[in-house]
Amino acid sequence: MEEKPAVAHEAVDHGAQPVHHHHSHAATSRHGHGHHLLTVEDLSVSFLMYDEEAAAMRAQGDSRADRGRLGRYLHAPQREVEVIRSLSLSVHEGEIVAVVGASGSGKTLLADAVLGLFEPNALVRGRIWFDGRPMDAAALAAERGRGIALVPQSVASLDPLMRVGRQVEGMPRGRGAARRADAGRRRARRRELFARYGLAEEVARLYPHELSGGMARRVLLCCALMDAPKLIIADEPTPGLDLPLAQAALADFRAFADDGGGVMLITHDIELALTVADRVAVFRDGTVVEETSVAAFASPDTLAHPFTRQLWHALPEHGFVVTTEGSPLC
Amino acid sequence: MARYVVSQLGRFLLLMVAVAVVTFALVSLSPVDPLQANVGQAALMSMSEEKRAALAAYWGADTPMLERFLAWAGDLLHGDLGMSLRYNAPVAEVIASRAANSLALMGVAWVASGVLGFVLGVAAALREGRLLDRFVRGYCFVLAASPTFWVGLLLLIVFSVWLGWFPLGFSVPVGVAAADVTFADALHHMALPAITLSVVGVANVALHTRAKAIDVLNSDYVRFARARGLTRREALIRHGLRNLALPAITLQFSQIAEIFGGSVLVEEVFSYPGLGQAAVTAGLGGDVALLAGIALVSAALVFAGNLAANLIYGLVDPRMRPVRRQKEVADD
Repeated sequence: MEEKPAVAHEAVDHGAQPVHHHHSHAATSRHGHGHHLLTVEDLSVSFLMYDEEAAAMRAQGDSRADRGRLGRYLHAPQREVEVIRSLSLSVHEGEIVAVVGASGSGKTLLADAVLGLFEPNALVRGRIWFDGRPMDAAALAAERGRGIALVPQSVASLDPLMRVGRQVEGMPRGRGAARRADAGRRRARRRELFARYGLAEEVARLYPHELSGGMARRVLLCCALMDAPKLIIADEPTPGLDLPLAQAALADFRAFADDGGGVMLITHDIELALTVADRVAVFRDGTVVEETSVAAFASPDTLAHPFTRQLWHALPEHGFVVTTEGSPLC
Repeated sequence: MARYVVSQLGRFLLLMVAVAVVTFALVSLSPVDPLQANVGQAALMSMSEEKRAALAAYWGADTPMLERFLAWAGDLLHGDLGMSLRYNAPVAEVIASRAANSLALMGVAWVASGVLGFVLGVAAALREGRLLDRFVRGYCFVLAASPTFWVGLLLLIVFSVWLGWFPLGFSVPVGVAAADVTFADALHHMALPAITLSVVGVANVALHTRAKAIDVLNSDYVRFARARGLTRREALIRHGLRNLALPAITLQFSQIAEIFGGSVLVEEVFSYPGLGQAAVTAGLGGDVALLAGIALVSAALVFAGNLAANLIYGLVDPRMRPVRRQKEVADD
């Protein structure tokens, strides 16, 4: 993607040149090695679904959707439903990008697409680069849990029947002696992470249902950090946590970003996003309508898209004003 | 622990009392005339009025139901199940000799249908919507919809009559002294009824396991495991099997009742001298003592199955164990 030499690009002053690559940059945005950590371009995700309208048409004797006598019995008419369309998004090294959108608007599908987790009936198109490499489905699958890690929303994402320690450690790789060595390495890494996040060693012996909210949050984070990923995708990590816990969670993401990682924070809570993120990608109707720095939220004049401005007006400190068409988030 | 044992024991006794009362009442209220059932219609007709009255008095046919029940229940408490009219032997003996046949038959069918059903269900779930899944589902739907006795008859026609691989019935060869019957003979005779029971039982287990495995594959924890780099298959083996074990255990032990019910029909079809066949004979012949005895034994069997399932739950699922750790590890 980059025409310029990498070093020259790294030297770009984001303060003086805030808008390039179709998005505004924050002061912390770094093009490490001259590229984005994650670039998503023109992503669309659609599903093949049974078409009830065509079926009804056919039942009424309309032959337009017909495939002939035999086909009628063997094929139900299907249509493609696009859930994410021409979405573009970038995550730089050292920054948190908050993907803000209403609950149920398909944000999790974006996470699935970046993780290469697709439903069998999903059609995914677009281009994804991770750490400067163009990715296909197999490459994304290879980075799952290694280069790109997911922090899920709740303890429901842990196996209820397996002790927390073993789950954080994950499945050892290899065979025989190599497998035992890997298991030992993983145990050591898990101990180190538990110590860093203030989890007692006994927690490893607990089952998920025995964890408190605060412990669960840190356990999920430790799962994600096991293989030292470069990018963390946090899917709604804060709902269900009280404010101090939510702030602690966000502080941990901040620390990860400050150490040179990238975080894609998927959330419906724009207020919380503005307190911790460097940039905000506003998600609506299956696409990112505006990708801008948090600083731009200082005034509606620096926001480009009408929907983002509506969001701004709907914030509590701006008086909860709900303007014209389209409902604000939450 | 002591409390648990006492409560389970209490439940077991209550169940036995309920089964005894209901069976006894149902048989007593049935229109089967005990005199006619015992001596036969022709003999009853040729009997004089006095003789009939004497017989009725001897057997206590006119004694009120409650009194008869109390007498029977009193003997039961002493371990006496009464005499079987049809087999002319103590009920306990009849049940013991037939239970050996039935338990072997049902045990084989129970294990085979459980293991095969589980494997087929998991395999179908992993390939949901693909050819293997369609095949397994097709097989299960057809068999779940087929009556057990009909499947038994079909197998008899194909494998015994046409191919001659298996005997037509009974648990031992006809015309061979009991002492000369080998283990292989017994196995050979048991094969077809056991296969019938298993083949039908598999459908039930496989369909339930498949549905449950699909739930597990779509669960948050399998999604997270896959997000951490495991393949679907690895995730199912590492996390799915544990979580599938629980419903599988429930299913497997509730299957005892199904297999027992199926064995009644299968034993009739194959003339296999087991408990099921004895139950049919007892029911049609007004043999109250034997019927009540079999009802008690089968209820105890099903109860034992459910109890076993409950006990195994505690071993598999930490959420069903008494709370202990939460207090040991101080929160944060």
